Amino acid sequence: MAPIIELRALTKQFGKGKETVTAVDAVSLAIDPGETVCLVGESGCGKSTTGRMVAGLLAPTAGEILFEGRSITKLDSTAFRRYRQAVQIIHQDPYSSLNPTQTVRQIITAPLLHHKKVKNQAGSESRALELLEVVDLTPARDIIDKYPHQLSGGQRQRVAVARALTLEPKFIVADEAVSMVDVSIRVSILTMLTRLKQEFDVTFLFITHDLALAKYFAWNGRITVMYLGRIVEDGPTQRLVSDPRHPYTQALLAAVPEADPELAHHKRQIELRSAEIPSLLNLPSGCTFHPRCPYSVDGQCNVRRPPLEAIAEGGRVACPVRQAERVTLLVT
Amino acid sequence: MAKAALEWHTVQNSTPQPPLSLDNVHVSYATRKGKVQAVRGVTLDLLAGESLALIGESGSGKSTLGLAVVRLLPETAAVAPGSIQYRRGDREVEVLKLTKAELREFRWRDCAMVFQAALNAFNPVLTVWDQTWDTAKAHGWQDKKAVQTRLVELLRFVQLDPKRVIDAYPHELSGGMRQRVLLALSLLLDPQILILDEPTTALDIITQRTIIKLLRQLKEEQHFTMIFISHDLAIAAELADRVATMYAGRVVELGKSNDIFYRPRHPYTLGLIRAVPTVTGGFEQLFSIPGSPPDLINLPSGCKFHPRCAFATDRCKQEEPELATVGPAHEAACWNWQQVEAELQVKPLHRGALNVLADILPAAEVS
Repeated sequence: MAPIIELRALTKQFGKGKETVTAVDAVSLAIDPGETVCLVGESGCGKSTTGRMVAGLLAPTAGEILFEGRSITKLDSTAFRRYRQAVQIIHQDPYSSLNPTQTVRQIITAPLLHHKKVKNQAGSESRALELLEVVDLTPARDIIDKYPHQLSGGQRQRVAVARALTLEPKFIVADEAVSMVDVSIRVSILTMLTRLKQEFDVTFLFITHDLALAKYFAWNGRITVMYLGRIVEDGPTQRLVSDPRHPYTQALLAAVPEADPELAHHKRQIELRSAEIPSLLNLPSGCTFHPRCPYSVDGQCNVRRPPLEAIAEGGRVACPVRQAERVTLLVT
Repeated sequence: MAKAALEWHTVQNSTPQPPLSLDNVHVSYATRKGKVQAVRGVTLDLLAGESLALIGESGSGKSTLGLAVVRLLPETAAVAPGSIQYRRGDREVEVLKLTKAELREFRWRDCAMVFQAALNAFNPVLTVWDQTWDTAKAHGWQDKKAVQTRLVELLRFVQLDPKRVIDAYPHELSGGMRQRVLLALSLLLDPQILILDEPTTALDIITQRTIIKLLRQLKEEQHFTMIFISHDLAIAAELADRVATMYAGRVVELGKSNDIFYRPRHPYTLGLIRAVPTVTGGFEQLFSIPGSPPDLINLPSGCKFHPRCAFATDRCKQEEPELATVGPAHEAACWNWQQVEAELQVKPLHRGALNVLADILPAAEVS
């Protein structure tokens, strides 16, 4: 099966001259239809920039995005419009992504009417009600005439999802979609997204800084870890969280606070050589993680950019030094 | 960097009495729509040397309670009725009756609050040093050299390079550095109690770990008495000796950290734990709590959690339960806590996590 989305050496730079920042640096990633991929990393790693490029909101500086095998930069305007409809994005903050002066009805019917997904007002209303039920906003009739401020954070995010569904997308980029939602409600939104995946054949790129959430959402999918604009490791979720190979992935997993006292007190402590993330304006040479990496090899890591190589256990690791070493994350 | 030892704080909580006792504390906010009952009768002792976590969702009253203790609530808030007793050595004061001048003393010297490391916790036009000197002067220090020495010592303790930080403006520091500067500043006057409001929220994971390590050091080596306020259960699991779960302005469960995480007796605590994934260990099915947090102006009748609770009975709709003993040093405010206990016997919590541990640890350590 051809990938639904494929990124080939995708690169995005911001700024000019000496002030140039490479936010995304030659990222290559293929996502199959129906697959769930989580893009994780800390702030500034380029995960959101990647997501915005995939959603067609930002033009890449170099590299290519292929949608169903065709490069999106080579599409004519009609085909590009179709692409923009097929790929939707859900933003982190439903407080700012929904127009506060519009009712839920206006928010959802506008794209339906504009893109002629329905014949008339009546059609748009019944479709809007249907979509609200799909995202578990029931009874839909009670919700449809409300303004965003009359809804809770969780309900607002559901409206944002319903709006994303209006154009029957094949691919949804969910950028920190549950980060601002209360802990007790998060899971129900993730469960709903999982249901959409099956019912509507939508493929998800789920972007998050929360590894525990990524593990839960993509348990049968894949996690891709980014650091300073590059992919450092990816692989099937179950392999990646139990047997991470890149020292950065290990440091990240070891650092995640655990909501379980036993686990919290038995996690391996990985000491990095430096706690500070280097500036994107002044990236370290070679492997960008080498100034912080406890295993850095002089003359290798600080010189050559490590290739992202496939490993037998599944996925790819950009660390020739450590890719064969297992590290357990719990200690006595 | 070598761990800097702190010489101070030697008079360690020798008082057998709790340094802080809250009794029936109520806080309400006057708004145009009506009275918001943010805290409704919290009674709680903070024990000397312990770290207590207040957990709950937005609107549970945890931050309001923290602000009430240091009297930093906005003007629209009223604290009544209630009493907050503070003790240090032989001194015992009613925090709610402190005058403005006394409050100034109390706030930094006795009880320091560390806010979420947003930029607005700092004055943007002052450097770290200016900010420190202002604070020190306000508390009667005159010796610039001594303050400087102390600040350098504290910055080293929080693993910051004093040279890099001392003359920096807040915007020149990263979020993690700002949080550490705030922590260092809060320790400036050697307070007895630290209240930390969302100490790691909005920080990157590796930075969070640095802060957690520092706080553990304060707790284990300096025996600081601390209150953590967080919506993040992981902070409680990582740092707390005892945990208080708050819902709709009340403490609904209070107990030792392990009891709360493995043997919760309040359906809300159970719900929170079942809603949060861990990164280590196998797959665990999660469940969210139905409904949404209550409207604090129009609270439900009876137990405020009953509309969202799977264990609710008719009694829950009419009578609000008080905290009652459910085990050794463990209290819960639920009419049906025995049903929760029974359910947990059928479906224990975090089995996956414990199994992972059992695989690599000798059996004795897991039990």
